[in-house]
Amino acid sequence: MIADIAKGAAVLFVAAIVQVTLLSQIDVFYGAPDLVLVTLVAVALLRGTIFGAAAGFGAGLVVDTATLQTLGVTSLLLTIAGYWIGRYGETTGRDRSHAPFVSVAVVTLLYSLGALILHYMLGDTVSASRVLLDALPFELIFNLILTLPVYALCRRLFRPPPSGLEEVQLLG
Amino acid sequence: MLLSIALITIYFRESSGGGLHQVQSAGATVLRPFEVAADRVSRPFRDAYGYFAGLVTAKSENGRLRREVDKWRQQANLNAYAASEKSDLLKKLHFVNSRSFPHGYGSVGADIISQPPSAFAQQVVIGAGSDSGIRKFDPVVTGEGLVGTVVRVAHKSSLVALLIDDATSVVAIDVGTRAQGTVKAGSSFDHVGKDQRVYPGDKLVTAGWKLGQLSSIYPPGIPIGQVTSVGQNEVDLYKHVQLQPFADFKTLSSVLVLIPKNR
Repeated sequence: MIADIAKGAAVLFVAAIVQVTLLSQIDVFYGAPDLVLVTLVAVALLRGTIFGAAAGFGAGLVVDTATLQTLGVTSLLLTIAGYWIGRYGETTGRDRSHAPFVSVAVVTLLYSLGALILHYMLGDTVSASRVLLDALPFELIFNLILTLPVYALCRRLFRPPPSGLEEVQLLG
Repeated sequence: MLLSIALITIYFRESSGGGLHQVQSAGATVLRPFEVAADRVSRPFRDAYGYFAGLVTAKSENGRLRREVDKWRQQANLNAYAASEKSDLLKKLHFVNSRSFPHGYGSVGADIISQPPSAFAQQVVIGAGSDSGIRKFDPVVTGEGLVGTVVRVAHKSSLVALLIDDATSVVAIDVGTRAQGTVKAGSSFDHVGKDQRVYPGDKLVTAGWKLGQLSSIYPPGIPIGQVTSVGQNEVDLYKHVQLQPFADFKTLSSVLVLIPKNR
């Protein structure tokens, strides 16, 4: 468990740094890949609700600190995303090949919507059409492209937990 | 979730010198070496991409730039003559000048080290903060023109709201016709009355107004952009003026923060 926490922290820390320094500079109609979100989805799918929520909170804190944004905004959104995807991961859905892609697509959509609402509530000037019509389609495409390599990497780092069904040898 | 909401609430309500802001400033200082390292590792790849991307348009751009150089050379000669004439006239009139750009301002150069998602805020984080003398609302420029304003200051980094951010407004004047208005989000020149004259191709600079104790955070004369289209209709009180900022925000990698010399 401690090894998982260390690996999760390291992966999300690197993802957050790469996100704020490099990937945010990619700007196609305001859309940019969100490596932190994709990594979080992969980690939460493989490790469940509590791990996903905690990882989301930590990653959000790093992003908000590095970009000097209102502390807690990204944490709140990623905590919910991590928890929710963790719930899905705890069902049988995790083993399906399309699970990471569906998760990333749905979470990208809901994350943008949630971020928009949260920014409105905080009184920020945000254009809904820019976020939902201009940026979202490209962000969705970028995130889906990232899903395959990121999920493959996370699967190597976080081995799926034992299913509980093991071979039983009857004696006698 | 509760912890996140508590963080948002406290951060939102406290002053910029509050506890959470201090913690964030310290955190940003700790993260800075990682951001700088990531930037340095990726720099050769980005430069290589920029080099090859530039080759595609190099020939046509070269021709355009040569024509522009000829035009600007003529303009520079006229400007030099006008400047000497102005200085002579000011002396004769005993004219007392207020603080203006670039005289009266020092500058701090800084690299852009990170940026939040562009869909929500057109902002960047620069690698210089309060320890370099930067304060909130200091203007930020490049050689091309106005870039934005410092909106949050940490110890070794600052958050800059770009000119193209939805929340950025700058009072500007048309250099040619002296028409005054407000540049909003770096794309429109608002509140320009129908009786004022603005033409496509006109250059806009900061107006640098002063009203009693209040004054603009931008000194007068910083280039902002060029008017691209002008229109008006019977219903609206003001003209519809669009502009293109001089600063290229897509390739922005370093900026200058202007700091008043007598602060």
